[in-house]
Amino acid sequence: MRALSIDMLRGVLALGVAVAVPADAQIAPATPSAPLQQPGQPAGQPPAGAAAGQTPPPLEVSVTGGIAAPLGIAIPVMPTAQAVDTPAGRTDVLGQQLSQIVTNDLKSSGLFKPAAANALKGVSYPEVTAPAFDYWGGAGVSALVQGFVRANGDGTLTVGCYLYDVFARTELARAGFVVSPGEWRRAGHKCADTIYTKLTGEGPYFDSRVVYVAESGPKGRRIKRLAIMDQDGANHRFLTNGQSIVLTPRFTPDQRSIVYMSYIGDKPAIYVYDIARATQRLLVPASNLSFAPRISPDGKWVLFSKAVAGSTNIYRVPLSGGQPQRLTDTPGIDTGGSYSPDGSRIVFESDRSGSQQLYVMNADGSNPRRISFGGGRYATPVWSPRGNLIAFTRMAGNFRIGVMSPAGGDEKLLTDDWQDEGPTWSPNGRVLMFFRSGRGGGGTADLWSVDLTGVNERRLSTPLDGSDPAWGPLRP
Amino acid sequence: MARLTTTFLIAASIVAMAGCAKKPPAEIPPPPGNSGPVSQGDSSIVPGSRADFERSVTSNTIHFDLDKYDINSEARAVLDSQAAWLTKYPNVPISLEGHCDERGTREYNLALGDRRANSAKNYLASRGVNPARISTISYGKERPIALGSDEAAWAQNRRAVTIVLN
Repeated sequence: MRALSIDMLRGVLALGVAVAVPADAQIAPATPSAPLQQPGQPAGQPPAGAAAGQTPPPLEVSVTGGIAAPLGIAIPVMPTAQAVDTPAGRTDVLGQQLSQIVTNDLKSSGLFKPAAANALKGVSYPEVTAPAFDYWGGAGVSALVQGFVRANGDGTLTVGCYLYDVFARTELARAGFVVSPGEWRRAGHKCADTIYTKLTGEGPYFDSRVVYVAESGPKGRRIKRLAIMDQDGANHRFLTNGQSIVLTPRFTPDQRSIVYMSYIGDKPAIYVYDIARATQRLLVPASNLSFAPRISPDGKWVLFSKAVAGSTNIYRVPLSGGQPQRLTDTPGIDTGGSYSPDGSRIVFESDRSGSQQLYVMNADGSNPRRISFGGGRYATPVWSPRGNLIAFTRMAGNFRIGVMSPAGGDEKLLTDDWQDEGPTWSPNGRVLMFFRSGRGGGGTADLWSVDLTGVNERRLSTPLDGSDPAWGPLRP
Repeated sequence: MARLTTTFLIAASIVAMAGCAKKPPAEIPPPPGNSGPVSQGDSSIVPGSRADFERSVTSNTIHFDLDKYDINSEARAVLDSQAAWLTKYPNVPISLEGHCDERGTREYNLALGDRRANSAKNYLASRGVNPARISTISYGKERPIALGSDEAAWAQNRRAVTIVLN
């Protein structure tokens, strides 16, 4: 039996519950079973890659070349020692669903090619820690994820998650997660994050949520409601009833609140919504139009824009409320402020040059410097959580999502559609979510994501139409 | 004149009450002091009301060029007619709504709509309308009036609309 890995401890601690030992006495050491044969494979042929006694190269996924050659990976149904009814469902059904969550997460990254679950052999409970490498070596995959589900006496669930290199026949990572039944899906996302980080070297992002504006109704009178969901669209919930227009929600770093703009009482202003209490409070007095809120990385400040007599400037105000402090002072439109991850600088858009362009200034408003010089207008800058890129909307005919360095170089456009707007970064800074609007009276907006390669573009399924997504941080 | 106005107001409120009732009364009492044929449409409009404003001015809406907020000559003529009416009813508060077409980003358009509403407000103020009577609100690109995605629709949506608030 192995000791708990750091990965595992982190996962367990992160979910705030007791440590579980996945490979304890309940998981028997593997009883070597007869090697299984891949259907259609001639008897006696060694599994591909295991020939000639060579040591295979270490398994890893290239995050830049991943699209060309996504990694084949198998995620069979996670067995359970005993099928037990829980508030989240029967543990054997949960095992199917968890393997599906991991499959969907990894597939959505564009870096993995999960084998179809129904084409894979079943995995017995004892087999979880002793994979049938002979079978998997012939299954057309390089990596294998096995796991298990167990109902605990205290009402919680334990999910074990193991990653294997099929050709090297080694275990690469393991993690165990103890979750309350209401949060069972998070164990699947944490497992997918474990696999993803181990094989790509990138940070995790699957266990995260998105807040956005759900839209319905005719184009001239859209009904807009705040909504929150998991990154994969699950656990969707509406937060406001649509009586007032709501725009541009953003999570606070602690994810307890959402800062957004609302037209409550026909006084467009910035509000703070408390997710647990379902209450809201006015952040900035509504005597002037205030909008475009974004929160500082330390959660203490809210950057926002305020229009006074036709001029719009950027201000900051404590999240707890108080006297706003002005950071820019121009007669034009300065808006869309977004902090660097270390909080020392702010990227924003301004039309001070005659058209919307991107600028970077110090957090106190000093030393503004223009960074966008391509054709067209640039808007909605957002600083990557890694700090190395700024995402934006570029308008030159169409609206496209792109990225550039904070110094202004290395511009790369990632999308090419009629109207893509409002990027938001995944917690690991590798994926951008945005909204795509259609043309004409029937044209609606939907949520999409694209990764930094610009190739892996996907639409998110939401109950209604969607706009103004904001991706929250990795959940604790 | 004052008496006549009062008469009209009473007549209009009776009609308005009739309009609000779920079932119209069998008989609408004749307007007091009705000394001649007054068309139903006219008598239902209260001088100084929103309906009166919209009947009296060239238009309640002015338009702007792409990404612009200056008041062009056509808009000036419209605002002049609004200023004349507002001078006639000096206690009526108004709201100026600024709107944009869909070819700007959401946040920028909120600011641009605010600029357009303020441009119209400043022009009316320059024509003698007390700015304290004028509130502004920007809807950015949230409330298009024309739903197409073509130049004709966009031109209609780049607008400032004057709304009488009483």
